[in-house]
Amino acid sequence: MTTMTLNAGEAGPAEDQTANPASESAVEQSAVKARAANTNIEVTGTVGSPFCDDAKLSMRNVNVFYGEAQAIHDVSLDIGRNQVVAMIGPSGCGKSTFLRSLNRMNDTIEGCRVEGELTLDGEAIYGPKVDVVPLRARVGMVFQKPNPFPKSIYDNVAYGPKIHGIASRRAELDEIVENSLRRAGLWNEVKDRLDKPGTGLSGGQQQRLCIARAIAVSPEVILMDEPCSALDPIATARIEELIDELRQNYTIAIVTHSMQQAARVSQRTAYFHLGKLVEVNDTETVFTNPEHELTEAYITGRFG
Amino acid sequence: MTDLTQTQVRERIAARLASRHRKEKLFRGLGIASIAFGVLAVLVLFTDIISKGASAFVQTDIQLQVTYDPAELGIEQVDEESLAWANFDGVIRAALRERFPDVSGRRDKRELYSLVSNGAGFELRERLQNHPELLGKSETLWFNADDDVDTYVKSLSKSEDGFLGRTSEQKAQWILTLRESGELKKRFNTTFFTNGDSREPEQAGIRAALVGSLFTLLVTLVLSFPIGVAAAIYLEEFAPKNRWTDLIEVNINNLAAVPSIVFGLLGLAIFINFFELPRSAPLVGGLVLTLMTLPTIIISSRASLKSVPPSIREAAMGMGASRMQVVLHHVLPLAMPGMLTGAIIGMAQALGETAPLLMIGMVAFIVDVPHGVTDPSTVLPVQIFLWADSPERAFVERTSAAIMVLLAVLITMNTCAVWLRKKLERRW
Repeated sequence: MTTMTLNAGEAGPAEDQTANPASESAVEQSAVKARAANTNIEVTGTVGSPFCDDAKLSMRNVNVFYGEAQAIHDVSLDIGRNQVVAMIGPSGCGKSTFLRSLNRMNDTIEGCRVEGELTLDGEAIYGPKVDVVPLRARVGMVFQKPNPFPKSIYDNVAYGPKIHGIASRRAELDEIVENSLRRAGLWNEVKDRLDKPGTGLSGGQQQRLCIARAIAVSPEVILMDEPCSALDPIATARIEELIDELRQNYTIAIVTHSMQQAARVSQRTAYFHLGKLVEVNDTETVFTNPEHELTEAYITGRFG
Repeated sequence: MTDLTQTQVRERIAARLASRHRKEKLFRGLGIASIAFGVLAVLVLFTDIISKGASAFVQTDIQLQVTYDPAELGIEQVDEESLAWANFDGVIRAALRERFPDVSGRRDKRELYSLVSNGAGFELRERLQNHPELLGKSETLWFNADDDVDTYVKSLSKSEDGFLGRTSEQKAQWILTLRESGELKKRFNTTFFTNGDSREPEQAGIRAALVGSLFTLLVTLVLSFPIGVAAAIYLEEFAPKNRWTDLIEVNINNLAAVPSIVFGLLGLAIFINFFELPRSAPLVGGLVLTLMTLPTIIISSRASLKSVPPSIREAAMGMGASRMQVVLHHVLPLAMPGMLTGAIIGMAQALGETAPLLMIGMVAFIVDVPHGVTDPSTVLPVQIFLWADSPERAFVERTSAAIMVLLAVLITMNTCAVWLRKKLERRW
């Protein structure tokens, strides 16, 4: 706090006399944030322990470009089996871009190019012969905004198994749908209205439906891109519980803006800054004893 | 930021407030005025057309006692050949002479014969062909009156004396006599809906033009909808964004703005002169209208594809759906209502199109109802154009009646569009 006041004193806009105290402090804060983001602290390589022994996903020297602009600079990271890895960092630092390159969702973006070595169980994700269809069945995704299909709850969950031909009989499909909804903690709430549109559920239920839809194809990895940012605290708590349960069977990478969430659900935390991976460590270490100056500045709320 | 006190700020806002309200009121007023103008224009148009055309749905008929006298007909038995030669007009004339025995002299007789439409003989032939047992017997039948008679009778309802026009005093007298005895009546005009075009207004109908229009639209729909939707899906969902697709897009937008007669010339040059397809055929008309409608369908289909939220695409893609599956399972069902609306609006445009069809010979005088897409035919707007051009007074009301039919078809199509959109629309 002292630094903040000091910085605010140096900053120009504090001269404004008519503004009320609240907006004044907002102006100060944004000035501080702006300065911290533009700080000259050089990020040279990643500190902490980006690698682990039993890696499910392993990324080496990943660079992502949007046309000419480089969004990800030389990131290397392992995501361990049955582990929840949280990716945190200020907006626009490339964590979502990085997440989306793990199941090649970036392929659909015009002009997006991914370089480097990305492997899933030792197999190259960007290999010349890799088909994205089975890849995305293995690496599922949950998006920021709940996006159920405008179909019934049943059809939402059954869609994946249907297109991949996982269930051959109706009974099998029913079973998959029920199991997925149970695991997503939604079964009891929707079992009597499976034929009702999935879009009619509440935001939190919709997001759990999306998780049920993702796990219906038994993926090995689930990518979650700020899955709780559109939800209220109660719905968020349910999803967080769910993530903890899902860890038994799946490997999870989650992007989040909430540091508390990262602290609650993840085992390891990766801090991104301006397209660079600054620090990776056990979640506890990152939040109690960060190695890098920028990580500390971010988790203490000095900017971000 | 300049140093303004809150009072100063409030004063400045208050000063501008009156003019802001005034502008808003003015804008609203203009909006209401333009809507009122539009409604008025439509009302005037409809009143004019309906007041002129409503009378075309009734037709003056004359009842006659006809005798299928073999001597008069000049035939022995009913068969194909003898029917072709039989003198049915003679039978009609005999019936008229019988009804007005006092009439003598060539001129008066000719005047008398012209009471009944000269198509009456054909009606009689058809009747005998279907019922050969009637030969030698007599029966009472209704025949279309001549168009001059029709015009005069209809004018009687407007004024006491009526409008004689080409009708002579003597003829008017006969008409009044027949009317009083109930042998001349205004009845529903079935001819208008069962016949093709004719030089005689009382025998002219819109059947051929209506069927021609339907065939032409069928060809247009079958070709332009799948092609247009496929092109839109490819351009929107699959095509890479590069210079070529930009060029294609610009060209499609330009095509939408090309005057329709140019498409007619193109059709004439390519479909008729080069591919030697039949002239005046709905097939060629449909092809030309397809060219004309395609840009409309492509543009509206692309717009409705664009309006599908990207989150749906991402969700499906994230589940491992292939591009084709994303489009077929998710994007297309959501875009369909918009596409159908676009297609129906395109079809409605095609239905009302005249200029390009003139170029490919669909302006010909077609009496027969077409039975296929290669039969010569005409279409409703062209028929309206032809009738509007005809000198007979009775064609005036028929022109308006044809316009009413055309408008009815158009309104039906637009209602379908609205209904389809409502029915297929899904919320998310």
